Amino acid sequence: MKFEVLNTSVGEWLKGTGPESDIVMSSRVRLARNLAHYPFVSRASETERSEIEDFLHSHLTKTSVGSRLEYTNLGGLEDLDRQFLVERQLISREHADATGARGVAIDPAEQISLMINEEDHLRIQCIHSGLDLEAVWEQIRGVDEEIEAVVPYAFHQRWGYLTACPTNVGTGIRVSVMLHLPALVITRQIDKVFRSLHKISLAVRGLYGEGSQAFGDFYQISNQITLGRTEGELIAQVADVVPVLIDYERRAREFLLQETEQNVHDQVSRAFGILRTAQTISAEETMQLLSRVRMGVLLGLVDDLHVSDVNKLLVRTQPAHLQKMKGVDLDTKDRNIERARFLRSYFESGSPDDN
Amino acid sequence: MQCQQCDKQAMFHITELEAGEVRELHLCEDHARVYLNQAEADSQQEDSDTEGGPLGVGQTAKELSEIDQLVCDMCGITFFEFRNQGRLGCPNDYVQFENELEPLIANIHGEVEHRGRRPNRQKQKTVGGEVLPESTEELTRVIGMRKDIRNAVEGEDYERAGKLRDEIQKILHKWHAEQSGN
Ligand SMILES: [Zn+2]
Ligand SMILES: [Zn+2]
Repeated sequence: MKFEVLNTSVGEWLKGTGPESDIVMSSRVRLARNLAHYPFVSRASETERSEIEDFLHSHLTKTSVGSRLEYTNLGGLEDLDRQFLVERQLISREHADATGARGVAIDPAEQISLMINEEDHLRIQCIHSGLDLEAVWEQIRGVDEEIEAVVPYAFHQRWGYLTACPTNVGTGIRVSVMLHLPALVITRQIDKVFRSLHKISLAVRGLYGEGSQAFGDFYQISNQITLGRTEGELIAQVADVVPVLIDYERRAREFLLQETEQNVHDQVSRAFGILRTAQTISAEETMQLLSRVRMGVLLGLVDDLHVSDVNKLLVRTQPAHLQKMKGVDLDTKDRNIERARFLRSYFESGSPDDN
Repeated sequence: MQCQQCDKQAMFHITELEAGEVRELHLCEDHARVYLNQAEADSQQEDSDTEGGPLGVGQTAKELSEIDQLVCDMCGITFFEFRNQGRLGCPNDYVQFENELEPLIANIHGEVEHRGRRPNRQKQKTVGGEVLPESTEELTRVIGMRKDIRNAVEGEDYERAGKLRDEIQKILHKWHAEQSGN
């Protein structure tokens, strides 16, 4: 069914296309919205949560955007399928792990997802590959306006759009850009760079893996405040700092090439070597090594491999993707073996079972 | 979300105000209990040290404990519950706890006034062609009325329950918020 279809594609955020996609993985905007006539999710009864889900589901299908999306009742899904959607960044981990009535509507291109009964009644998310915040904003604003024409969002003259947590009140907007910054990590400049970001009230977090500790060289920059500024100003706050980070990362990559080419080449080749030959490998190690190889590809140190291949592997080596591909549940030990097997065969035969 | 102290799921989301700083904690049940007991012991300590000196944002311990007892008329959440969970109960909390939330929101955002997009009410007239107000407070009253219906039914006052249902229907209709099949 549908999830099998999703499994053969890579999803929007890892397509590896769009402006600055050598460094910027994806651009995302999320809006938090609530119905005015129900308690927030954490205070709603079972019955109320079901009513909220029914209300939003039925009203969304009346919009042209909603009718294009595929609706999934998350409570009725297997754990594995929910995990699968988390790995594709179509729902949050919290949304997957929660209980009670909740759902998600996803568009076929996997750019838009509407999460129902997450922390707020409705979370609208739009994600594009590469640095593309303006287009993401245009798209999500259209979706939001369409929904608002048929759904009474809780709004207050002074506080703006009302959210379950006061940290989201006002615009309800979270603007995030996911960056791949391996050279800044290798040259040990990453902490310094991020300390400066905190000063301008932007949040940074690492990409979380299976054990939910930050790892790899992937970082997400997002706005922290949501009130007292326009959406445009909040987007600009993130958008303005991204070119600076891109410039730092490019310079660090150049520096590595000029000063320590042999060293870098060696690191990249070893990473590639492990990925091609390992017999068992964890998700964390895979991501770290893929990160090195990705940088190697972009620096021209690896032949016969494209960035899009590496991006594809980043998502398809994650636990739920592996298990969906194999068609059975696997424990951690078996997953590590299956992951290594998948990587070996991928590199041997080019791209097996690919679209 | 995972507990900040162990691998368990975080069930408690605690927002702390400390010396004008907002700190968010995400803890499992066990660690939350440990933390809250500790925090209580600390604040009693502080109480006797400073004799009701400023705690949080320019409020005394006594004022804070009075604030904690505030209850939302619609969803019934207390300010204490909100502080423990870090999550509000319903849209009315922003109206009813406005003064108490203001310093907290000012701390988080550095601002206390929305400047972003606003709903386009020109597109959302009532059935009678009236323009709806910008704020949705009237619609949020329905949350409290549903509670009143439950109470009326419990007290076997079916006439009142019926009246309330009609009233709710009227408000929902005005705001185009009826539950619908497609
Ligand atoms: Zn814990
Ligand atoms: Zn309330």
